[in-house]
Amino acid sequence: MLKKFLDSFFFYSFIRDPVAVGSFLILAILFITGFGAPVVAPHNPYDTTTIDIMDSELPPFWISGSDERFLLGTDSQGRDMLSTMLYGMRVSILIGLGAVALQALLGITIGLIAGYKGGRFEAFLMRIADVQLSFSTYMVAIFFGALFQAAFGMGLYEDFAIPMLIAIIGFAEWPQYARTVRASVLGEKKKEYVEAARVIGLPSTRIMWREILPNTLTPVLVISTVQVANAIMSEAALSFIGLGMPITRPSLGSLINVGFDYIFSGSWWITLFPGIVLVILILSINLLGDWLRDFLNPKLYKG
Amino acid sequence: MDPLLDVKNLTVNFALRRASLSAVNDVSFSLKKGERMGLVGESGAGKSVTGFSLINLISKPGYIDSGSIVFEGRELIGLPDEEMRHIRGNRITMIFQDPMMTLNPVLTIGTQMVETLKAHGRFSTSKAEATAIDKLRQVQISSPEKRLKQYPHEFSGGMRQRIVIAIALLTDPAMIIADEPTTALDVTIQAEIMDLLIRLCDSSRMGLILITHDLGVVSEVTESIAVMYAGKIVESGPTQSVIHRPSHPYTMGLVRAIPGSIPPGNPLYQIPGMMPTLTNIPAGCSFHPRCKYAGNICTIEIPKLTTVTNQQGVAACHMISGRLPETEMGLLALHRRQKISSGEIMA
Repeated sequence: MLKKFLDSFFFYSFIRDPVAVGSFLILAILFITGFGAPVVAPHNPYDTTTIDIMDSELPPFWISGSDERFLLGTDSQGRDMLSTMLYGMRVSILIGLGAVALQALLGITIGLIAGYKGGRFEAFLMRIADVQLSFSTYMVAIFFGALFQAAFGMGLYEDFAIPMLIAIIGFAEWPQYARTVRASVLGEKKKEYVEAARVIGLPSTRIMWREILPNTLTPVLVISTVQVANAIMSEAALSFIGLGMPITRPSLGSLINVGFDYIFSGSWWITLFPGIVLVILILSINLLGDWLRDFLNPKLYKG
Repeated sequence: MDPLLDVKNLTVNFALRRASLSAVNDVSFSLKKGERMGLVGESGAGKSVTGFSLINLISKPGYIDSGSIVFEGRELIGLPDEEMRHIRGNRITMIFQDPMMTLNPVLTIGTQMVETLKAHGRFSTSKAEATAIDKLRQVQISSPEKRLKQYPHEFSGGMRQRIVIAIALLTDPAMIIADEPTTALDVTIQAEIMDLLIRLCDSSRMGLILITHDLGVVSEVTESIAVMYAGKIVESGPTQSVIHRPSHPYTMGLVRAIPGSIPPGNPLYQIPGMMPTLTNIPAGCSFHPRCKYAGNICTIEIPKLTTVTNQQGVAACHMISGRLPETEMGLLALHRRQKISSGEIMA
């Protein structure tokens, strides 16, 4: 199995593309440290008993006045920046992946059914998608976030912030998937293997999910990478305007947000470090996605 | 004995914006258990539509307008979708022209075969795999256990068509509809596939409807033949007698267009003109604009299928029904005598 993978053309062209390998390695490090944060991180930013307000706004190690316990300094509440960022990155990635999973689930199901059934049903579903797309993600998020905060109060909001953000970003962006899947289903369903499957007597749900869907996954894979990056950015943007993760469980975006208040008082690191991590995270996902798109598109091969 | 399949007065229409057109018009034929029948005609004659209508899979805007299809004693027209689905692929299966296209490119052939079996009954995966291996062996795929794990692109064209046949055989159907099964393959592979089909049909007493435009293949494979023209059956009967003594001018033209029927060096015969499109089928016999024997009656009256004397078949032509006046028949007789003397047809 492993040998087959190492022999494959996929692996061959991957290993020959330094940008792809580089971004994959960076991404792997970010994912491992992010999800391994409880083990890797030197402090636990969620544990209020270990936080001392006297440690607040300490600079990173190369600036005088730094504390050797805090490699990249501390934020305004005395939390270790490095640990907080690792925990925050975990939240960001979790929301990104979760939102994309929800988008994909909704979008693929709707796109597949719409494309296969056709007719008025298809027109109806795709118009819903168009309507959904005409609301911007942020508008939907601001609306529902504000509504949730008003209805259930801040305490409950903090507990349910992650699933709520996943739901909001997932619902806002599913039409991307629905459109992509529908377009390829329309192309696939005219092919003879679908006709053959019907002649064999397979039920239509089986034809949709087992025969057509695997043939439409290539573009889905490509937009998924872009969508993960987009979802992480959406979350960061929402957190930045105060509608995302609460500061007690910060994501990268909310860290940038709180640090922003201190940037003119000299504590630039609270904003800059999470910002850099966010940029690297998004960039490496996008670069990897670009490589995947080029690999899967034979038209782009150089002759 | 009851026939396996009995099609009576089948009419398939396509609903267009203005009118509905008959792609298949008043077609009747029947098939005995284990019998092999050829459905022949030019492109657009309605052969494939007939084939698809037998399993109720005509794509929109086509629909079965009238007629009856009795298969194994059951009327198929008007059968609920779910019951039809169990006949389709289970009792009647179909093989298509291009084996490159009919297998799903992203699933292993094992998966595709197991899926098929599971769709038609409670099969455990291991039992389904055993059946699949057995069928692959029947179509002479070597080391089928290994082959099950391979994808369609790993097979050659002839092998793929044999796999398609194996899939069609999985459920031990009573009848196979083969829609130009060898058109996309080269000639040696064609013969191989046809031999295989004959053998499989004989060994399990399976009915076969072979849809093709290749009379050579039909004469080797089938026992009976139905010639279609513009949605109608114009001649049918036992294959050998129809091909050697065609009664309908259209069949005569088709037979003369077989490469082997003409002495080497001479140009092949072509039936002049083109088949009419469904939107402008001529009045009377739809073949009359291309028929050199056509008389007045042919432009007015649609000929009915009539028994041909001294052969077991039927043909729809005014020459056979005797409605074409003797004076005009004289010309025909002259033509016929010329052909007999030049050795083109047998007396």
